[in-house]
Formats: sequence, C-alpha cells, structure tokens
Amino acid sequence: MMSSTSSAAAGPISDAGSGPDARRNSKRPKYSRFTQQELPACKPILTPQWVISIFTLVGIIFVPIGVAALLASHDVVEIVDRYETACVPSNMADNKIGYIQNPNISKACTRVLKVTKDMDKPIYVYYQLDNFYQNHRRYVKSRNDQQLRDKSKANETSGCDPEKTTSDGTPIVPCGLIAWSLFNDTYSFTRGNGEALTVNKKDISWKSDRDHKFGSDVFPKNFQNGGLVGGGKLDPKIPLSEQEDLIVWMRTAALPTFRKLYGRIEVDLKENDTITVVLENNYNTYSFGGKKKLVLSTTSWLGGKNDFLGIAYISIGGVCFFLATLFTVVYLVKPRKLGDPSYLSWNNNRGTQ
Amino acid sequence: MVLKSAMKRFVYINDDSSQDSFCDNRISNRKYTILNFLPKNLLEQFSRLMNQYFLLIACLQLWPLITPVNPASTWGPLIFIFAVSATKEAWDDYNRYLTDKKANERKVWIVNEGRRKQIEAQDIHVGNIVWLRENDEVPCDLVLIGTSDPQGICFVETSALDGETDLKTRVITSACMGLAFEQLHKIKGVLECPNPDNDIRRFDANIRLFPPFLDNDIYPLTINNTLLQSCYLRNTDWACGVAVYTGNETKLGMSRGVAEPKLTAVDAMIDKLTGAIFLFQVVVVIVLGFAGNIWKDTEARKQWYVRYPSEGPWYELLVIPLRFELLCSIMIPISIKVSLDLVKSIYAMFIEWDEEIFDPDTNTRAHAASTAISEDLGQVEYILTDKTGTLTDNIMIFRRCCINGFCYGNEHGDALKDGELLNAISSNAPSVMRFLTVMAICNTVIPIKSKGGVISYKAQSQDEDALVKAAAQLHMVLISKIGNILEVNFRGTVLQYEILDILEFTSDRKKMSIVVKDCQNGKVVLLCKGADEAILPNAFTGQQLRPLIDCVEQYAQLGLRTLCFGWRELDEGEYVEWSHMFKEANSTLTDREWKLAEVCQKLEHHLEILGIAAIEDRLQDGVPETIETLRKAGINFWMLTGDKQSTAIQIALSCNFISSEPKGQLLFLNGRSEDEVFRSLEMVLRTMKITSSETKDVAFVVDGVALEIILKHYKGSFIELATLSRTAICCRVTPSQKAQLVELLKSCDYRTLAIGDGGNDVRMIQQADIGVGISGREGLQAARAADYSIGKFRFLKRLILVHGRYSYNRTAFLSQYSFYKSLLICFIQILWYFFSFSLFSGVSGTSLFNSFSLMAYNVFYTSIPVLTCVLDKDLSEKIVMQNPQILLYCQAGRLLNPSTFAGWFGRSMYHAVVVFLITVHAYANEKSEMEELSMVALSGCIWLQVFVVALEMNWFTVLQHLAIWGNFAAFYAINSVVSTIPGLGMHTIMFRLFRQQSYWITMILIFAVGMGPVLAIKYFRYTYRPSIINILQQQEKSGGPIYAMAIENLESQLKPMDSDISPLSVTQLKNRNPVHEPLLCDSPTATRRSLGLSAFSYFPTAQTRLSSSHSRNLKNS
Repeated sequence: MMSSTSSAAAGPISDAGSGPDARRNSKRPKYSRFTQQELPACKPILTPQWVISIFTLVGIIFVPIGVAALLASHDVVEIVDRYETACVPSNMADNKIGYIQNPNISKACTRVLKVTKDMDKPIYVYYQLDNFYQNHRRYVKSRNDQQLRDKSKANETSGCDPEKTTSDGTPIVPCGLIAWSLFNDTYSFTRGNGEALTVNKKDISWKSDRDHKFGSDVFPKNFQNGGLVGGGKLDPKIPLSEQEDLIVWMRTAALPTFRKLYGRIEVDLKENDTITVVLENNYNTYSFGGKKKLVLSTTSWLGGKNDFLGIAYISIGGVCFFLATLFTVVYLVKPRKLGDPSYLSWNNNRGTQ
Repeated sequence: MVLKSAMKRFVYINDDSSQDSFCDNRISNRKYTILNFLPKNLLEQFSRLMNQYFLLIACLQLWPLITPVNPASTWGPLIFIFAVSATKEAWDDYNRYLTDKKANERKVWIVNEGRRKQIEAQDIHVGNIVWLRENDEVPCDLVLIGTSDPQGICFVETSALDGETDLKTRVITSACMGLAFEQLHKIKGVLECPNPDNDIRRFDANIRLFPPFLDNDIYPLTINNTLLQSCYLRNTDWACGVAVYTGNETKLGMSRGVAEPKLTAVDAMIDKLTGAIFLFQVVVVIVLGFAGNIWKDTEARKQWYVRYPSEGPWYELLVIPLRFELLCSIMIPISIKVSLDLVKSIYAMFIEWDEEIFDPDTNTRAHAASTAISEDLGQVEYILTDKTGTLTDNIMIFRRCCINGFCYGNEHGDALKDGELLNAISSNAPSVMRFLTVMAICNTVIPIKSKGGVISYKAQSQDEDALVKAAAQLHMVLISKIGNILEVNFRGTVLQYEILDILEFTSDRKKMSIVVKDCQNGKVVLLCKGADEAILPNAFTGQQLRPLIDCVEQYAQLGLRTLCFGWRELDEGEYVEWSHMFKEANSTLTDREWKLAEVCQKLEHHLEILGIAAIEDRLQDGVPETIETLRKAGINFWMLTGDKQSTAIQIALSCNFISSEPKGQLLFLNGRSEDEVFRSLEMVLRTMKITSSETKDVAFVVDGVALEIILKHYKGSFIELATLSRTAICCRVTPSQKAQLVELLKSCDYRTLAIGDGGNDVRMIQQADIGVGISGREGLQAARAADYSIGKFRFLKRLILVHGRYSYNRTAFLSQYSFYKSLLICFIQILWYFFSFSLFSGVSGTSLFNSFSLMAYNVFYTSIPVLTCVLDKDLSEKIVMQNPQILLYCQAGRLLNPSTFAGWFGRSMYHAVVVFLITVHAYANEKSEMEELSMVALSGCIWLQVFVVALEMNWFTVLQHLAIWGNFAAFYAINSVVSTIPGLGMHTIMFRLFRQQSYWITMILIFAVGMGPVLAIKYFRYTYRPSIINILQQQEKSGGPIYAMAIENLESQLKPMDSDISPLSVTQLKNRNPVHEPLLCDSPTATRRSLGLSAFSYFPTAQTRLSSSHSRNLKNS
C-alpha cells in the first residue's frame, strides 16, 4: 500500500521543457519542517558526566529498594513440608503406584509441623507440586471455557479431548484434562494444644474467575464417577463458581513447580507452636515422580518468601556503583576529549605530513 | 513471399504479400498480459526466499493439530503484502501499456498500392514505404530511399539513440539516387539484411531494385542509408524509406532490455541473514523436536493427567517438530517486510519533498519512481555517467580567443565583451578580419532567413553553431548560402565567397577545411579549423607557435574546447592540380576515406595560424564540486559517452573528472584489431599497476571499437583494469555497451549507479543497481526508465550523501531491530521450554504467549516506535556534506553485516535471558500463573525494547518522543482494555498486575539489568573506541573545531569565487602519503577493497578542499 501511495503522491514527472513561467512555483515542494526532515530535535550523546551520573543514580535507588525487598522477604515466615514419600506406608514403599491407586488403603497421614517464628494472620496454606506439567500443550488446551461459564453450553466440549464425553457419549461438565486431573489432597490442622485450626477455603480463587469464568448455575455432570483413581471428584450439587478448588486448579501454572492456594488460617501462630496436619494423600504423583509439599506462609507487600528480588536489586545497585566508579577513574586517569578532530583518520594523515 | 534464413531477412519493398512474416510495428514494453499476470507476478514474488518461507509457515498453520496461534495472524499480513506489491506492479504495467499505446497509435504516412495513406504506427509492416516530414519521429527502422534534397541527403537527430545531439547526415542509397517523387510510390525491389540486432553502428545489407527502375545490380547499404527508430528528421522537408525492422525488433527495441526488479545490497544482506536465522531455527527445531519426541515417549506416558494415546498416527513424529517450527517461525518477522516497505516509501517521499533538490530552472522536482532502493544510494561505489546533458548543459558558447598571439576575453571570461577585440574589429585589423571570416564561413552551417529577416542557423555540430553565432555578434554575419555562393555581411558590407570544395571533418583528421574563392578579389583561399594537434604541425615554417601552444594549454586547463584556425592562399595552378586529385579520390570505391585524407593533407599545410577560439561546453552548475565531493566519499566515476574522444576528455578535464598533467595521467586504450587492442590493454594494465603506488590520478580512456573487442576477448584483464582504476572515460560507446559496462562492474560485486538523460542511457540506467535520470532537455526517456529522476547533476550529491546515507542507516537499524525483537520473544519461548521442562525432558510445544499478545507485540508494540527511525539522523546534513568520507561506512556496509547482526542477535539473547530469568524467579511458586507470568514477560520485553529504541535513536524529535513513550503508554492502555473483556484469557490480568508492587519492581529490575550493560558498552565504545560517526557526532554536539574551521574557511573562500569556471590550473602540490591506513581495515569487505586502495588516497586532501566545495554549494544553491 505504502509504495503505491508514494508513487501516486509523486505525480507525473514534470515536463522539463515547459520552462519557468507563471507556474514556476507550482511544483516546488511545499516547505514544512517535517518534509525537509528538519524537525527540531535533541541529540543526546553519551558524555561521561551523563553516564556516570546515571549509573550512580541507579545505584542510589536500587540498593535501598533491594534492602527493603530483602527485609520484606525475611519477614515472611514459611513452613514447607514435603510429604508424598513420608505418607506412603513403609510396606508399600516399593509400590507407590499400587498404594495410591488402591481405593481400599486409607490415605490418611499425619504430619507434625513446628512454627519457627511468630506467624501473623492470615496464614496462607498452599500445596506445591513439583515436576507437574500443567503447561503441557495437550493439557493446557484441554478445556472449554464456554461450557464452564454457560449452563446452556453444556454440550460444548470442543477442545476437551480426550475427556469430552463419557463412554456412552454424554458430555462431561467440566470437560477436559485439567478439570479431570483436579488435585484432591485435603488437609486439616490442629494446634499442639488440640485446638482445631479452621481453614477458610472461601475466596481462595480469583474473584473475576468466580464472577465471569465459572457459572453459578453450571453444575458438574458426569464428572469423574470413579473411573480415575488418584484424581479429584466434584460435588454435583455445588455450582462451579463455588467449586473454588477447581477454579484455583484451572488457573494453570506456567512452570512445572508451582504452588496453589488451598486456604487461609485466620489465626496468629506463635513461635514453637506445633501444628498437627491430618492429610488425605489422595493425589497420584507417584507415576511421574512428582513431589508434593504443604506450605504455610505469611505474606508481605512483595508477596511470599522470595529473596530473589532483594538480592538482585542489591547486587545490581552494587554493580552500578562499581561501574560509576570505574568510569570515573578511567575518565580521570585517561581523559579523552570528545570530538577531537585528530581522531578522524583523514585528519591524522594530514597531520603527519 | 519473404524468406527467412538463419542470418538474413529478405525484405520485398512494397509487397503486400510479405506482410505477415515479420512482426508488425507494435511496441510493447509490458511485462505482463492480463492472463499471465497472476501466475507470473506470484512466481516473481515467491522467488524471494523470505516469501517462500512465509507461505510455508502460513500453510503449516492451517493444520490445527500443530498450530499454536490463530492462522489468520499470518495469512492476513501475508495476503496484504502480496496484494500490495501485485497492485503496484499491475499499475506500473498499465502505465507502460498506456505509453506504448500512445506511441503505437501515432499517425504516420505510408505508401500503399501506389497511393499515400495515413495509418497508425503500429500497422507498419516490413516492406512498407514510410513517409516522414521534417521533425517527425522515425517510427521504425527504415532504409532511406528518397529525400527532398536533390543530393539525396537528409539530417537526423539521433540523440535518443546514442546521445549525440549533432545532426547526422544520412544519404539515400545510390540505387535510388535520382528517382522522381512519383516513382518512389511504385518502387519495387528486394533488400537483403541481417536479422535484427542491437548494433546501432552497423547495417550490412544490400538492395536490388527490380526493373523497370534500374538494372538488377546489387547495391550495398550501410548504416548511413538508414533512419533508425526514435530518431528525428531535421532540416529536411521530407524523406521516405522502406521499413526493414519493426516493433520490438528495431535496433532500439533490441537494445531495450527488460527492466529487472532491483534488489538492493541491503535486501540481499537481509536475505542472507534471514537464511542464517532460518538455519538456526531449523537447528533449534530439530533439537527441541527431538527432545520433545523423546520426552513424549519416555516421560509423557507416565504423566497420566496428559493421557497420551498409546498409538498415534504415522506422522506423530513430525507433529512436535512442526509445532516448534511454527512457534519459532516468529524468529523471522513478517513485519519486517511491511515496515521496510513503509519506511522505504517514506524515504522516497522525502526525496520528492526535498526543496534543495528542486530545480527551479526547469521546474522539476526529484522523483523517486522506485521506492524500494533508497538505501542502495548510500552504498554506491561506482557512478557511471553520461556526458552530454548530464554533466554539461549541452550548450556551446564561444568564450575566448587568441588572435595573432593576442588573447581576448581573459578579463571577463567572455571575448564577445572584450573592448579590445571590438576595437580591433572596428579598425578592420586584417588578422582579426581573417579570423572572423574563418569563424563565419569555415563550416557546414546552413543559414535560414525567416520571413521577419531574422537569420537562424542549422548546424551539424554545436561547435560550429557557437562559432557562427559568435561571429555574427562580432559583426561578421553569415547571411546566406545559396548553391556554392556564400554571403557574409560585415558591418554593412556584403562579402561573397564561392565555395569550391569542402574537406569534411573526420575524427581521424580532427580538422575540416573549406576552399573558397573570394569573389571580391578572386583569390582562392583555404580556410581550416581543427584541433590544435591537427593544425599546429601544419603551420608554415617560421611561425611563432610557442604563444599559441601556451594559449591552448591555458584554455584547456580552463576546461574550454579549443579550435585552431588556419589560412592559406592557394595558387590557381596548385588548386587546379589538387582539385583533380580530390575529385578522383572522392570517387574511389575502396578506402575512400583514407585516400581522401591523404589528398586533403596535400593541401592543408603551410598554414598561417590565425588564432585559437575557445568554446565552453558549459558544464552544469556545480558539476566539478559534486564530482569532487562524491569522489571524496569514495565513489569512483566512469564517464560513458557516445561522443568523440577529444570532447570527452575536455569535459572530463573541466569537471575534475581527471586531472591534467602532471597531476593526472591518461592511458589510452585503442586499437582496431584484436592484436592492437591486446597490446594496448597489456600496456595500460602494466602502467596502471606501476602508477597505482604513485600519487597520480590515473584514468584510462577507451573507445567503443576497442571496447567491443575487449569485452569479447579480454574481459578478464579488463575487469582487473576496472578494479584498479578509479576513473575511466569510455567514448563512442553504444547504449548496449554502456549496459555491458554496468553489467561488468556489477559482476565484480560493485554497487553501480548510472546517471544519464537520453534515450541512449536507458539500458544502462535499467541495468545499474540504481538508475538516475536527468529530466533535462533530451526528453524524458531516461527519466522514465530511471529509479530516480532529478533536475540537475549536482543534486546527485544530496541524493547520495543525504538521502542515500540516511536511508541506509535507517534501514540497517530497522531491519536489525526487527530481527532483534522477534528473536527476543522467540528466545523467551525457547528458554521457557528449556527451563520449565528440565533440560531434555519435557517439551510439548505450548506457546507461553497467547495469540493476541504475539500478534500485537509484532504489529503494534514493537513496530510503531521503531518506524520513527525514518526521522533519525546520526549526523546533521551539514556535517555529512562537510565530511563525505563517512559515506564509506555505508558503502562498506558497516552498519548492517553479519557482525553487527551478531551484536543484535547477542543482545536479543541476553535480553531474553534477563527477561525470562527475572520473571520466573520473581514470579515463582504461588505466583506462577500462566497468564500472569506471560504478561510479566511480555511487559519486560516491551520495557526493554522501548529503551533499546530510545538508546539507538540519535535524533529525538517530537514524533520520536510521541511514538516511543506513547507506544509505551499504549501498551498498558491496550492491555488494560483487553483485560476488561471477560471471556478472554487475559481478563483482569493487567489490573491484578498493576496492584502488585512486585510487578513494578520486577519491571524496573528487568530494565536495569537489560539496559545497564548495553549502556555501559555503548558508552565505552563511544568514548574510547569511537567510530568516525561518533566523533563527528561529538563534534557536532560541541560545535567543535571542524565546524568552526569550516565556517572560517567558508568566509575566506567566498571572496575569490568570482569565476564560474572552476580553475583547473590551480595545481596545488598535494603531498600525499602513498600508504594510507584504510579507514575500514577491519571491515569484512576490506580484502576486496584493498584492491582499490587508491580510493583512500583522497583522505589527506579532504580537509583542504572540503570547505571550498561547501562554500560553492552555498553559492550554487
């Protein structure tokens, strides 16, 4: 398009023979600063002063931020407990898959956690999976958002392969691999003094998901009627918008190691408290050697415990200071005049003659 | 009834039965027909590798199993791009059709069944007799059989064919000599002529007329008996001829090449880099595909939640690699073609808008017919220029003269205004009188008196025209030439002369003479004029020649063409005796020219040298300065002209093309036979090699005949010579030879620019990488065929140094940046596979980014800000003009080559690592949500690319600020809007991120880590390893010494500049260091360039001449 417009704009080649006459100025290009490429402009160049001050400034800004981020991260108290191996009865240690897929073996398992530092409410309860590929192409695409949102679209199962329908052809709600493989370990917590800690499982999912993605009048249908052992089941009487575990699960993780919110404990925990966790170790990660962890964590303005940002900021700030110093030293030791004409090679040659 | 044999065609005159055997006179320059347009155009478009690639990708995307994104995102742009270029081609072709149609439907007169009738030019058939009137254009190649002139002569202007504006004489074949007007209508006969070829100098044919017109004798025909297509009939009332070649088979038609689509060096480089990226991509795809397949077979079956079917279809192995291919396909950005087309058309518009290359004299703007090749202008290495009309105005003016050892016109540069000369004339000084007589009558000019009594002159050569006009101004007016009687009016007195003989000009004799009888006193006088080397040796012994030689020297250095005038009174007896010999020689059949020359020589001796006339073939304004500046920019100049050798050399001297001795040296390459040419070539080569280490400007001069032999037999040595020589003058070359020379230089991998103004330059212009047409006096043929047309030669400087250079810089940046940003996002995807699936274990081909983000990233976020690079200027125009040497950067391709590209490649890799690692670490664990993480990574890319553009831009205007920061804001605005739409994957993501402090902190971190090293390295190189461009930038910023110096020089230079003629005589002794450190020793092309090391020898003189040329620019503009 562009090439054609230009030739059209150009018009015919002027007839040179016509000579200067009354139309003399008719073909003179109209002057404008744009067409003559003469728009006023600033031409920043990298002077040592500029560069050194930029690096210094970055250093000055970054180090405090880094310190703040690091402090925030250190304020976060996190208890991580890996349980998938420990919860396998010792007699089944060689046959974990058999253990997890045998519905007759009780999956209950008790873990005792020690609170290392005071934890202020709310305390977030996460489960963490390692080596679980929620981002696999087959997996991540295997859902149908229309069906989840709209009751009338229950038959809409396109994209849900291979969990579209039951064997007799009736559509599954919610269909697809993601829903089908819902995580179904459960945890209940008791403080050392025997006081039960209630886990608030309300509002653990994104509000926008509850409001817009999962219909309040869509109920699970034909879902997981026992065909899969090791994956979750859904209560067909609760609408999808209230199945918050499912909603959380269906926010697929980008990386194979991820944490998903299980609930919140809305009680402060004190240092040296012991917490007994009774968990149902239902979910099958043994087939692919995945790890399962239970995580209790407080939060800060930066989120969970993560030293990365703090360390990165401090080191970048340091590097900037270093570079600023280096440039200053080099500038002082070996000053170089900017734009010295003797640097031009054609002037050099003249100079030597 | 026409026989076609392998080499010959037989043309039966006026025989209707023969009409169908040859093509009619329909001219067609079209490339397509309606039927073949689509396939041919598509085929052409798909001949570019990049297009094939995009098509392949687009086709693969139609397979839903493997496509990661919506196929429309590729098909849309692809169809759009193809439609645009096809439309443009169609439009161009339609215009060609219209032009052809106009030519084809022109009315011409032909003879049909003994009667004249008017038909359209396209209906002329071979064998038809075509009638032309004065100033008619010849519609096809004709063999002349009759003219209005009783001698059978007619005049033609062949400028469209060979660029010579002298009128040429054409004679009718002796077979038809003396045929009456009516007889021509009924003439019958047969012509035997060669099959059509493109040689406009040769036509070896013969004619046999059938009885009753003549006996059955065969008469030879030469090129002198022909009227070729697109010549004009001049000074002749009518002429008629037999059509021998028609349509596209005429000599001109055969020399007209098909204009190939031009590919710039930058395009070629981009193609090459694309190829490299493609290979890289293939490797990535194979590795990932391999890993993916292995993982699928080993690990994926254990991942029960993926539910891999145990048995897949046969093509299962291909699925994962193909998915990766599609994911990686964005490595080669489709947007690059769109953006490049866009910015290139803006460059073209800038050229057309440029006020400074608007020519007010002819009211002509610069025009860019081809929008695709601006950046090649900045990479020109050879300029091949036509002479007449391109370097010169093609107007001869009598400027100075030297009569009897006394020079006139030295003061004002115009003898016509020299008081002393006027005084001498009014006092009837005999020497001046005789000088003026020669000026007025020693020529073949025909004076024509119009009804108002105004006398106009028709001259075969511009020189004679200038002389006669000047003589008229000096009161010696040639008023009539009737038969042999010639009348001159000198200050009211009419003087009569009887012309006895005309000894015509030939390029070998380099002189012409006329023998007249002075009717006043009955004396027979020989008047002679010619080149100094032809006349001066024939002076009578004892004449003082030294002052004359000095004078010739002086004039030549001023760039004037000199003519010496001689005079001798003949004895009656001597003349009679000679006259016999002359008549005899004139009627010989063999070696006539040579014998005539011999006879003439017998008369042209013992001349009294009257003086010297100096004629200025006026150069266009600013030609010497332009050539000098462009030379300094490292561009080599070749002059290709159809004109005579001596003229060419004169002009070359006057426009700084070559230097006179002792600064320069001319090497002549002549010869008529293979042996001669070979020896000559060997010698020139040897000399060239020896002198290449010296400080001389060595140029070689070659003429058309020798060139033909060379191109046939000694191409290798000639190429060697061509690479050694910065300057060459090729004279008397045909249009196709011009094109061959262009081809030759192109085959040595040089970027060539051909500039010309006439029809004879069309092929050269089409052949060259860039064709520039001067839309001057010789019509618009060249301008139409050219990629760029300008009004004056001097605009070339600005076209190359400003527009070409900026275009190259901008394209170099834009194209590499396009790759950078595509690679950046692609690398992030690849890293994601490697990171998220611990190496070699889990690769499935998911796209981290969604279709919308990917498309918007390529189409909006990263394309728009960078488009403002069309306004970027690394240096101001003034600085560029003052330091043309920096063009070498563009010529050597220093801003776009594999190593600079590697830099961008590395930068994209680094940035991808930064964005990705920071993102996954900052957004680990509970934050690791796909949509969020992908948006964080995408924002990281946007932040980085915004600052990359800002850092690489040298020149911030309002538009740049608007585009760069506006785009940044637009990214957030667009994504926020998209985030409000429920149902999309991105719903609410943006608002969630806005609320997270960690998002902003992550962005700043990505920015700092990504840009810090880039800034540090750039600063370091800028300060401690600056390129010439950097130094000049720094100087410009500080208003540094060069700038001040230039201003200073400018002032001092302005004073002595009062002569329009550039004084060549200023022989400053230039101290040149023979060994120069080439500026570009580290450039990848340095090895090739080292051949032409002499190109750098201009550096030391740069500074001294620089400011002078600049001040002249100011003056001229």
